[in-house]
Amino acid sequence: MQEKNRGLGLFTLLVFLFLLGPLLIISVTSFEGGNILKFPPEELSLRWYENIFHVEMFLVAFKTSILVSLGGNLLALLLGVPAAYALSRVEFKGKSVINAVFVSPILVPGIVLGFAFLRYIVGTYQLPIYAALFVGHTVIMLPFIIRVISSSLSNFDFSIEEAAESLGASKLGTFFTVVLPNIKSGILAAVMIAFLESFNNVDISVYMTGPGVSTFPIQMLTYVENYFDPTISAISVLLMFITAFFMFMVERLMGLSYFTKR
Amino acid sequence: MALFTLQDISVAYNKQNILKDFNLEIEKGKLVSLLGPSGCGKTTTLRLIAGFLKANEGKFLFKDKDYTKVPVNKRNFGFVFQNYALFPHLSIFDNIAFGLRLRKNSKAEIEKKVMNVLEIVNLKGFEKRYPQELSGGQKQRVAIARALVIEPDILLFDEPLSNLDANLRVNMRVEIRRIQQELGITTVYVSHDQEECFSISDQVAIMNKGVIEQLSDPATIYKYPETKFVADFIGFKNFIDFDERTDTGGKIELSKSGYSFVLDKDARMFNHAGKIGAIRPDDLLIREKGDAGAVQENSLSGRVKVSTYLGRSYQYVVETPIGDFIVNKEMTESYRMGQEIILEIPRNQMVLVD
Ligand SMILES: Nc1ncnc2c1ncn2[C@@H]1O[C@H](COP(=O)(O)OP(=O)(O)OP(=O)(O)O)[C@@H](O)[C@H]1O
Ligand SMILES: [Mg+2]
Repeated sequence: MQEKNRGLGLFTLLVFLFLLGPLLIISVTSFEGGNILKFPPEELSLRWYENIFHVEMFLVAFKTSILVSLGGNLLALLLGVPAAYALSRVEFKGKSVINAVFVSPILVPGIVLGFAFLRYIVGTYQLPIYAALFVGHTVIMLPFIIRVISSSLSNFDFSIEEAAESLGASKLGTFFTVVLPNIKSGILAAVMIAFLESFNNVDISVYMTGPGVSTFPIQMLTYVENYFDPTISAISVLLMFITAFFMFMVERLMGLSYFTKR
Repeated sequence: MALFTLQDISVAYNKQNILKDFNLEIEKGKLVSLLGPSGCGKTTTLRLIAGFLKANEGKFLFKDKDYTKVPVNKRNFGFVFQNYALFPHLSIFDNIAFGLRLRKNSKAEIEKKVMNVLEIVNLKGFEKRYPQELSGGQKQRVAIARALVIEPDILLFDEPLSNLDANLRVNMRVEIRRIQQELGITTVYVSHDQEECFSISDQVAIMNKGVIEQLSDPATIYKYPETKFVADFIGFKNFIDFDERTDTGGKIELSKSGYSFVLDKDARMFNHAGKIGAIRPDDLLIREKGDAGAVQENSLSGRVKVSTYLGRSYQYVVETPIGDFIVNKEMTESYRMGQEIILEIPRNQMVLVD
């Protein structure tokens, strides 16, 4: 019994090391004082963190990413909230089909989806790169928005809508005064999850960036191809922290149950 | 004059009729309850009155105006839900003020009306709390207050007490009746608890499969059910399907398989052509088979088939030549299984139904 437990503990430790090891190494290398990325670092400093803010292309790409993620988020919300509402409130024929369509971008490999976007948004419709990015990211975020808000609506008691109507509220008024305030935290969580999904996206963005326009992760790729200094490690650490913070917020808002059950 | 009328209403879900040619008239100031088994269409009727549901056919008249197509939010009817349906994101004050704000009442007016209604439902001092911070009974009172405060023309209740425990149920129903009478609000009350309906209603409508079988005051229904369904529903467990019925003077003569019975003719049953006799287990008499002299009137000889202990009384299933009867009898005397006895139908306790 005792023996078995020790074996299990060792195994768990190995799995942890395997999962977290690379992240640990990257974190450590980000504090490198020299010019070349290596492990273990020879001297410690924060200079590469500082360097992030001196590299022009990172600043530009960061701005692009923020704009695209926030703008796309807004558009995805405008489409996603009514869609999620309709999907959970109204019974209609073909509902499951529509549901599947909305969720499909999660199921289709991003690299395929990105290619399709390249073909149609950039190719056929000749949208400028910015607009293409914007549309592409809206599509990436929409299924997350719809799924998170739907899960929040599934706990919503629709009889309170009827209560509001019986007290004199119109259908639209009911939506704004009764439904929205009660799914507020769901919406906030949806926005954050979608933002992360979009901000960290590589496989779709990579098709829709071009000369002079790049999202942050794409810019990181470009950078790694050309430079070998530890700036990337520093950025990675920052990104991990930002993501962790967002996930923590989402967890507080909705509970992580969203990720573990369908 | 009726305050509102449901006229030849039909409602169907998936092409299946739930209500068919449904008619109901309710007078101003009355509390009418809809009582019936699960699935008989009580909620459907209530939701139709509220406007949540559209009828396929028929009309809904309110104060003689056609209200059939008036949307819910223009009707000014209050609805109290089974699960309370309070707004979780609003305080008790704001829950109750919800309808008043939509009616563009001034701030001072809202304050006054909310406080007033909180006093009516005995919830003064709770206005700053949130629904999650109240007990079931308190929530239900907030729900009632919220519906009352808009001064509704009709108040609709859908099993408002079914989530409360037995004691609270009794208190709340008295409360509901008190408020309803104090304010004189026309009310439709749905429940499947017979005692609850009977105790608070001016009139009770017994529903069966989308049809009102009988609409009368509680005492009349209790004593004089008109159909077999109603009789069965309110506890007349014994039925005799008579072969013949002859009305003579003050009596009704009946026969079944050669056995004849006589009932006193009650004014209420006068025109009734029904031939099914119905009687409650409590109203049947049994006694020991004596020396079997002359066979008495309305009596049958029988045998105790099953005997069950009910606490205050015994319940017997008695086998007779015209079928089995269920009889309740006080504890004082008891009969053995298999014992031969005499069963008597008192001449003024049986009713005749369709
Ligand atoms: N949305 C719906 N779709 C299909 N059928 C429905 C719907 N709502 C109700 N029904 C059916 O209509 C019938 C009447 O339902 P209703 O809710 O009026 O019954 P009820 O008398 O209120 O019963 P209970 O005492 O169980 O609440 C039932 O047979 C029910 O199955
Ligand atoms: Mg019901």
